[in-house]
Amino acid sequence: MDKIWLIIKREYSVRVRKKSFIIMTIVTPILLGLLLFAPSYLSSVSSDMEQEEVKNIAIIEEGSFFSDKLMNSNYLNFTQIPKSEGEVIKNNFSASAYYAIVNFTDDDTVNIISEKQMSKITLNDLESKIYNIREIQNYKDANVNLDLLKKLSPQLTFNSIIVTEEGNETGANSEIRSVLAFVFGFLIYIFIFMYGSLVMRGVIEEKTNRIVEVIISSVKPFQLLIGKIIGVALVGFTQFVLWVILSLVVANIAEASFMEENQVGIFENIRNLLVNINILSLLSHFLFYFIGGYLLYSSFFACIGAAVDNESDTQQMILPVTIPLILSLSMIEAVINNPDGTLAFWMSIFPLSSPIIMMVRLPFGGVENWEILFSLSVLILSFLITTWISSRIYRIGILMYGKKASFKELIRWINFKG
Amino acid sequence: MKENILTANSIVKRYESHLALNDVSIQIPKGSIYGLLGPNGAGKTTLMKIINQITAPDKGKLIFDGELLQRKHISQIGYLPEERGLYKKMKVGEQSLYLAQLKGMSKKEASEKLKYWFEKLDILQWWDKKVEELSKGMAQKVQFAVTVIHNPDLLIFDEPFSGFDPVNTAIIRNEILELKKQGTSIIFSTHRMESVEEICDEITLIDKGKSILQGEINSVKDSFRSNTFEFQCNTENLILDNFTTLDKDDNKYIVQIPEGKNSKQLIEEILKSSEIISFKEKIPSMEEIFIKTVQNG
Repeated sequence: MDKIWLIIKREYSVRVRKKSFIIMTIVTPILLGLLLFAPSYLSSVSSDMEQEEVKNIAIIEEGSFFSDKLMNSNYLNFTQIPKSEGEVIKNNFSASAYYAIVNFTDDDTVNIISEKQMSKITLNDLESKIYNIREIQNYKDANVNLDLLKKLSPQLTFNSIIVTEEGNETGANSEIRSVLAFVFGFLIYIFIFMYGSLVMRGVIEEKTNRIVEVIISSVKPFQLLIGKIIGVALVGFTQFVLWVILSLVVANIAEASFMEENQVGIFENIRNLLVNINILSLLSHFLFYFIGGYLLYSSFFACIGAAVDNESDTQQMILPVTIPLILSLSMIEAVINNPDGTLAFWMSIFPLSSPIIMMVRLPFGGVENWEILFSLSVLILSFLITTWISSRIYRIGILMYGKKASFKELIRWINFKG
Repeated sequence: MKENILTANSIVKRYESHLALNDVSIQIPKGSIYGLLGPNGAGKTTLMKIINQITAPDKGKLIFDGELLQRKHISQIGYLPEERGLYKKMKVGEQSLYLAQLKGMSKKEASEKLKYWFEKLDILQWWDKKVEELSKGMAQKVQFAVTVIHNPDLLIFDEPFSGFDPVNTAIIRNEILELKKQGTSIIFSTHRMESVEEICDEITLIDKGKSILQGEINSVKDSFRSNTFEFQCNTENLILDNFTTLDKDDNKYIVQIPEGKNSKQLIEEILKSSEIISFKEKIPSMEEIFIKTVQNG
């Protein structure tokens, strides 16, 4: 036991001190934060900039129906011009002081002419102003009482609510849930793959270095295997916890620094939704399924590492291991569409797919506690079985040099005594 | 009778395609240096791995210090494999501590002993360097220190001198002899026959998985004496009627004495027509014994 602990300590400390680990851990949440908030920030900035500059809009019409009603705003300045002048401007926009010409050719057609593509915001603003003027005029022409109309238009708020077992009402937002489901499923896949291959590379390193002979003359192969798997699991755990903490920090900083003047904004929305969905319980389940799935798959990865001599030989052997993972990934959409169906249920029990599929089902809130317990127990049991099998392959493989083992040989190694 | 630190009885080890060890038995007396010789692929390393419990024999029994060899004995054995390996990215000191602790030493004890050995081998200044920064010979010194650090009763060196320059070879050889003086038993395999003659007490020659020659080094050499003498005289065309001249180079002769005659008669015969400058029995070197035995086997 002491020796396993020593091995765990080494595997852990060597990896968390690596530059790549430190960089990944710090940079990822920042990148994620940027990815999430940069677009909304940038668009708010650009619309601010858009509205700083005053734009002159020329109006051409018979009479002055629109010219009288179009009010100058902070950044739009309307001037009526004769048709002839319009032609002059059209020929030489940059010399004129005008940004665009609005030409009311007849009652139903409005041509908006500009030299460059107009910004979406300005265009929308302009269009809705003209639309409103026309609409009000139409009502007036038909003798509709405007005040009455305003009163009659319905003021409805739609809330979709799911009642859970405990009787709590949670606000349901199926889009956010689908996104979460997808993100979690995908993250599990990436994590299993990332840390699984870390184990594999560790095994290959020891094997090609031949240090494994020195270590195996001190500890049992099983101790080395289990120490390595647990050590790397702790690395993953550390990274995950740091990511959660750093993401929260980044989110808070981002919110505080450039979202102040913004109206309630996506931040508030996201936060409210996440509170309703109980993100903390999801994250803790994520941790369980990540560790469980990793443990199960890493023993396969360790076997592959033991069976080959160098990393380039691993491709062919990794494939069978990744098939269940990729299959689970491709089923995510089907599971999102029916998170409590038979397919979803069984795939979230079957150990090779349960880590991904269960994480897809969980955000929808329909998973019973016994299902989680059942699926986790199956996962742990299979982990114990595969680790036992792997350790039998591993102990032979790490001392075999010079050839790549076939699957047939691996099976023979399992039965090998000694 | 001397006590044995290790006895291996009728060890058989079969790999898929070939028999690596076929009924090999060795006895290693306490406090001796035991040479395991043999051509490449003879099965020496396999035998060492079995003694280290890295692999198990298919048949046969190993007794360590009077007990059946078992897991607990690994802390009493030190192994320096032929294919040296250290974690390249780890620092020398940290790595040595780790390996010593795996052998069951406490951190404090390991650190003290390591400092002692590192100083002795003049490698203390590399403590904080990464292994990948060291040359091959430097890394091997580190590995040697790690192998002997836990004061094992039995040390197993697989080709300990390969990769060392003559200066470092001498340092390591002296350390091995020093360890022997302190009572450590040592098994070592090598291709360098001159080092075998220098430091081994007993040897076993293994070829194709079989032990083909075994015994104390002097008696092995004795058994290969062929009554051959080497002499130098001041004549270049000496004719010896009753003796077989095996080789001749100017005034140097190698002559075998047939049965029924002795060296006294040879000297008398030479003196009839010449003066003797030097005269000695030609004792086969381990190298000659090695080649001869393996070729005949």
